[in-house]
Amino acid sequence: MTDSLATWLYAVTAAPEDGAPPQGLTGVADEPVRLVEKAGLAAVVGSVPLEEFDEDALRGHLEDLEWLERTARAHHRVINGAARQGQVIPLRFATLYHDDDRVRAMLQERREDFTATLRRVAGRTEWGVKAYVDPRSFLPDPGEPAGSEDSPGTAYLLRRRAQRQDQETAHLRATERAEEIHASLAALAVATAAHPPQDTALAAYEGWMVLNNSYLVPDGLTEEFTALVTTLGERYPAITLEVSGPWPPYSFTGPPKAEGQARPEEAAP
Amino acid sequence: MTRAIERREVALVDLLDRVLAGGVVIAGEITLTIADIDLVRISLRALIASVRVENEEEERGGRQGVRHDG
Repeated sequence: MTDSLATWLYAVTAAPEDGAPPQGLTGVADEPVRLVEKAGLAAVVGSVPLEEFDEDALRGHLEDLEWLERTARAHHRVINGAARQGQVIPLRFATLYHDDDRVRAMLQERREDFTATLRRVAGRTEWGVKAYVDPRSFLPDPGEPAGSEDSPGTAYLLRRRAQRQDQETAHLRATERAEEIHASLAALAVATAAHPPQDTALAAYEGWMVLNNSYLVPDGLTEEFTALVTTLGERYPAITLEVSGPWPPYSFTGPPKAEGQARPEEAAP
Repeated sequence: MTRAIERREVALVDLLDRVLAGGVVIAGEITLTIADIDLVRISLRALIASVRVENEEEERGGRQGVRHDG
């Protein structure tokens, strides 16, 4: 029996005083969610069948959008549910241990780390902001028509070159506006993290995504932050801003990551 | 006010940005390499490529889908 089950980790929290697990939550395998406690911490976990969740099985499942969506939403649902009872450290999708004893050992080993992280994110919430632009809004004014004395071939090449330069100019202008927006939002946040622009097929947008960031905002500034997003949207009508959240602090509980990935940056104290 | 936002279903792409790329990474014993972001990204690329092909077939004759090389 134990050979066929593994322990899936959802989140780490401070051990609740009453020791009660989150009520009524089910996880990625529809399993009941429970707590594994050690060192003043509690791991929110579920027991999942290895048949569906070992490395080979997961590798195959990750190619299946329906499976990925269902399972990612279940993972998130448990973390959100646990977050209603107190501050959580979300764990990345597909973190599995052989059994509960190994989880206890891990909690003991990383106790200081987790405790410090819980303190750092307490009273703060992650908000996501994305910005899209229609490149046409940022194109330079149309220049003079090509000189009539040019041969058709030369005129064509000049036109192509001008178009390419216009695109580059548009991209630069849009990026500059996005940086201004980011700077305004970052002023209300204690930390920011950049995510790569989303794939157009999955996110279903047209044009360019020039901002896909997370902001760790003190709870007292929540309304000010969302109002600022609205204000910035009005100030830059050519840019569409989208806010998402509140999120558990996914983007702010891990160590700094490698180049090209989300990189939490602590603001100066 | 925040409750209204919370009730709306989270967009899958926004969720994947956080669930797959965010969160604390600890060396899970069983799926050490699955948790590695590179593998997840590679798998997602394959996935997205297949989604895109389906969309283009549906949209044939309609709006041109964005196509990347590779």
